Amino acid sequence: MESVISAEMQASIGRQITRTVSYSVAASDIRRWVIAVYWPEPAPKRYLQPDGAELLAPEDFNPFAWAVAEQWPFAAAAIGLEDPDRTERLLGLDGPGLRFQLHGGLSIDYGSPIAVGDVITSVATLAGYTEREGSLGLMLMTAIDEVWTNQRGEFIKHARLNIIRY
Amino acid sequence: MTDTTVSTSNLASPVVGSSIGTWVRDTGVANWNRFAAVNDEFMPIHMDDEAGRAAGLPGAIGMGNLVLSYLHGLVRSWTGAQGHVERLSVRFRKPNNKGRITATGTVTAVVASAAITHVEIELHVVDAAGDDIAPGSATVVLYHRAEV
Repeated sequence: MESVISAEMQASIGRQITRTVSYSVAASDIRRWVIAVYWPEPAPKRYLQPDGAELLAPEDFNPFAWAVAEQWPFAAAAIGLEDPDRTERLLGLDGPGLRFQLHGGLSIDYGSPIAVGDVITSVATLAGYTEREGSLGLMLMTAIDEVWTNQRGEFIKHARLNIIRY
Repeated sequence: MTDTTVSTSNLASPVVGSSIGTWVRDTGVANWNRFAAVNDEFMPIHMDDEAGRAAGLPGAIGMGNLVLSYLHGLVRSWTGAQGHVERLSVRFRKPNNKGRITATGTVTAVVASAAITHVEIELHVVDAAGDDIAPGSATVVLYHRAEV
């Protein structure tokens, strides 16, 4: 099995991939998220309160969907999530050139909940590469750490993601 | 058919081995399109059967992020406002192909302290073929009610 992990890729473990800052979270962002996730069942009533009532986002809520207030590197906006080489391109490297990618799973630790009006910052770091032969051929597993904080510097969550490329 | 049934009868005193309930969804583009709209996840593999087959899959598949949200929803349906998820992990072992998936949770450990109770939960998501496509686990914090 010929490795697809280049020396440059290996040397980049530990480097920051992106830093992203959300827009202020709106109540409608949270409501739409919950409605979509619970569909076709109705969303829990506590997420559909009138404006002004306390509304905390569910733990799985993504405040970075569609548009963000700030993103580093600037080129990140032009590299789509569907690009299997996205991680390496953001690091300024040549990617392994594998054609497909799947979400392999993740582990998340949660801190403070996200509230309406919060601005969330996410920092993603390359955590490691492993390879193995699988049912789809050579499979490259890429571990990425994401740490979220809010505008007060409070810990929101730490996620270790596993991306499978083949 | 969709159904979320929760077993809240054991919430005050969780018992090891007890079920927290089930979360059933008949998944397909109707679910996936709605989730794509809120998560900006319009990838061909989630929308088009030909794109799925080109990737070596039976057809279009559901998002891992949506299965993750289903697991959070199952746990959240059990805790209600009386607790929150402290940790959750999941491995996506098999894609979510079109069809029914059933998420379940079982209490595996309970550690009570003065103010809160930590509950460990084993999670599974079984598809129509009977395969566990997303085994995982969660740690939940339950708040004790104040003595009246």
